[in-house]
Amino acid sequence: MDTAYSAEDLAFRDEVRGFFEKAFTPEVMKRLRSSDYKEAIEDWQKKLYEQGWIAPNWPAEHGGTGWTATQKYIYETERSLAGIPSVVPFGLVMVANVIIAYGTDEQKSYFLPRILKSEDWWCQGYSEPGSGSDLASLKTKAERDGDDFIINGAKIWTTYAQYADWIFCLVRTDNSGKKQEGITFILVDMKTEGIKVNPIISIDNHHSLNEVEFNNVRVPAKNVVGEVGKGWTVAKALLAHERTGIAGVADVKRAVRVIKEVAAKEENGGQRLLDDPGFQQRLADIEVELMALEFTELRTLATQAAGGFPGPESSLLKIKGTELQQATQELLMEIAAYYQGVLPTDLDSNALGHEFATDARRSYMYGRAATIYGGSNEVQKNIIAKYVLGLE
Amino acid sequence: MNFDFTEEQQMVRDSIARFVQDDYDWDTRKAIVASDAGMSRDNWQLFAELGWLSIPFAEEHGGFGGNIVDLSVVMEELGKGLVVEPYFPTVVLFGGLIARAGSEAQQAEWLPRVIGGEMLGAFAYVERQSRFALHDCHTTATRSGDGYVLNGEKVVVFNGEQADHLVVLARTAGAQSDRDGLSLFVVDAAAAGVDKMCYPMMDGQRVANITFTDVMVSVDALLGEEGAALPVVDAVVDAAIIALASEAVGIMGVLNAKTLEYTKTREQFGVAISSYQALQHRMVDTMMAYEQSKSLLFKALCEYKQDPAMAAETIHALKVLIDRNAKHVFGEAIQLHGGMGMTDELDIGHYAKRLMMINTTFGDANYHRSRYIETTYAA
Repeated sequence: MDTAYSAEDLAFRDEVRGFFEKAFTPEVMKRLRSSDYKEAIEDWQKKLYEQGWIAPNWPAEHGGTGWTATQKYIYETERSLAGIPSVVPFGLVMVANVIIAYGTDEQKSYFLPRILKSEDWWCQGYSEPGSGSDLASLKTKAERDGDDFIINGAKIWTTYAQYADWIFCLVRTDNSGKKQEGITFILVDMKTEGIKVNPIISIDNHHSLNEVEFNNVRVPAKNVVGEVGKGWTVAKALLAHERTGIAGVADVKRAVRVIKEVAAKEENGGQRLLDDPGFQQRLADIEVELMALEFTELRTLATQAAGGFPGPESSLLKIKGTELQQATQELLMEIAAYYQGVLPTDLDSNALGHEFATDARRSYMYGRAATIYGGSNEVQKNIIAKYVLGLE
Repeated sequence: MNFDFTEEQQMVRDSIARFVQDDYDWDTRKAIVASDAGMSRDNWQLFAELGWLSIPFAEEHGGFGGNIVDLSVVMEELGKGLVVEPYFPTVVLFGGLIARAGSEAQQAEWLPRVIGGEMLGAFAYVERQSRFALHDCHTTATRSGDGYVLNGEKVVVFNGEQADHLVVLARTAGAQSDRDGLSLFVVDAAAAGVDKMCYPMMDGQRVANITFTDVMVSVDALLGEEGAALPVVDAVVDAAIIALASEAVGIMGVLNAKTLEYTKTREQFGVAISSYQALQHRMVDTMMAYEQSKSLLFKALCEYKQDPAMAAETIHALKVLIDRNAKHVFGEAIQLHGGMGMTDELDIGHYAKRLMMINTTFGDANYHRSRYIETTYAA
């Protein structure tokens, strides 16, 4: 039992670190936070593509890196600690892995290279106004019409649909059997007639969420991925795909570092907040949980590195990880004190006196969603109860 | 022993509840927040006519002569409607400071104007470095001729954008963190040398950073004794914390009710999600958080009504508990509303943001837990 990296792994870590230091300049960071976000993240992803590191989780023959599980872990950790956002997941992580596993050769040769080069922006059409945790109850209908399907219905909470060129959807092609049956996974060009994107402003005052309406949208049947009626199986494969990294351990570590930095500058009655015993205890509580979670993640990694399938320990990564993310977001908000409430205006935040508070507020408010999306934490607990503990 | 409200208090409660229900629905509030002024002067006049602005002030100045319980009732009901008109900064803070520190002449000058809705006020006390320490004050007031000259900057002044007059906390003697040497001044917000940088807050408030550059005030502007402002400010802040806790209790009650209602109507897996025991227990927990908050608020009210000094420990405890329980209640309200709870359109997130601002105002749980320990564990 030991966790020492091999000499090769250490060399790899230094290589990754060196690249990020050189490529992820303050200008890149600044642009990513601006209203120029779409172009900024695409440019950053193109830089990763040129480096050959855009898709660590793809098989090497399709453009993946061929890294070991440990190398992927090192890469993600370094990225996160450097404060670099992850790639937009809808194309590169989600739909790509479905296409690789279930797609036709035609789908693979058309979509995969475009995804690698960030030529298409993808979004995810799963949830519906009436189908959240109970995803299988989805009602958006696709009816066969010659070589096409005609889609009617609505998807909701669709992140960045306003930028998207393509949406991957779960649609109902059959109503006769169990609700999990009769669902089909289909790719839809967002430019198709009959699609309408309605913005949803979230509680962080930003527009990233949308409702996407489908009104007699005609989609070629060749855009179905996998078999018609087998979409639920396809979707489950996607959800199970990415286990490591979902805990966000490196992100929380970075957040702890930021908290220590700002709490060292913040004073109360002449005393540094970082020296305040009450504050120290709260931060220590977070660090203790974080230490444990890091090793829970490493246990999962070790199993994967040995070619095995992660066991029960992997199930708690999302729940504990999101809880810790929210705990650090909350603490940062509290450091901001009165300034936590300041909404962005044309005024310079430094002039107002709250260098980090606007970011703190945004990530705190939007961070509430982390325990809701991707299968709410309640649903995650149901899954653990059923599949890990064997409870019915 | 009884925790009943008087008939008069019940009438005030009903009157504000009716206003919120009939004249302050969600769309109306949204429009007010988005308007240029961020508040409605018509509503303010209505509050004056209905007597709400007179509640905490003495009858000889035209007030209702109410006590802390009366004020609590008003704040709880305003909280339920997320009313953004600046009752707290104008009546509780500005008016509270005048009533407590002002001479007879100063009270006679200002209180009738507050009560009549003729002016809006604010209390300028936060500085960039001060965080929650009220006495951490750089802003100076220097004696000059037969008046004072003010210099310095106050930040996040509640109602700073609209206020006609400010009470400013400034240092007339001593060093940055000295507890002595602080004084209060009434300053015309339009006076020469007063500059405002205005901005909106997430809870719908309009605030300002206000700089004072050689602002001349007469000796009549001094509120209370020179150099001895801190005990007065502490006393007004104690009442203000009880007022904010009352508002928070009102909001928590609304959030719990709305969440309960939503879970009864939201169906997943063919049943209302309220039928799941896991969610039922969580709503039991938030109900308990609400009731516990209310109990501690009642303790603070009873003690403060008898003797404000008696309530000191309880007020620290109240701030700790309200902070913790408010976070619990709004966190669960958002979580149980799922994606809907994440939208700006729904009111849930707005109630959450107001609770967040209440939590940080005059010190968060961490701050007051330390003050509680200092006060009660002192050898």
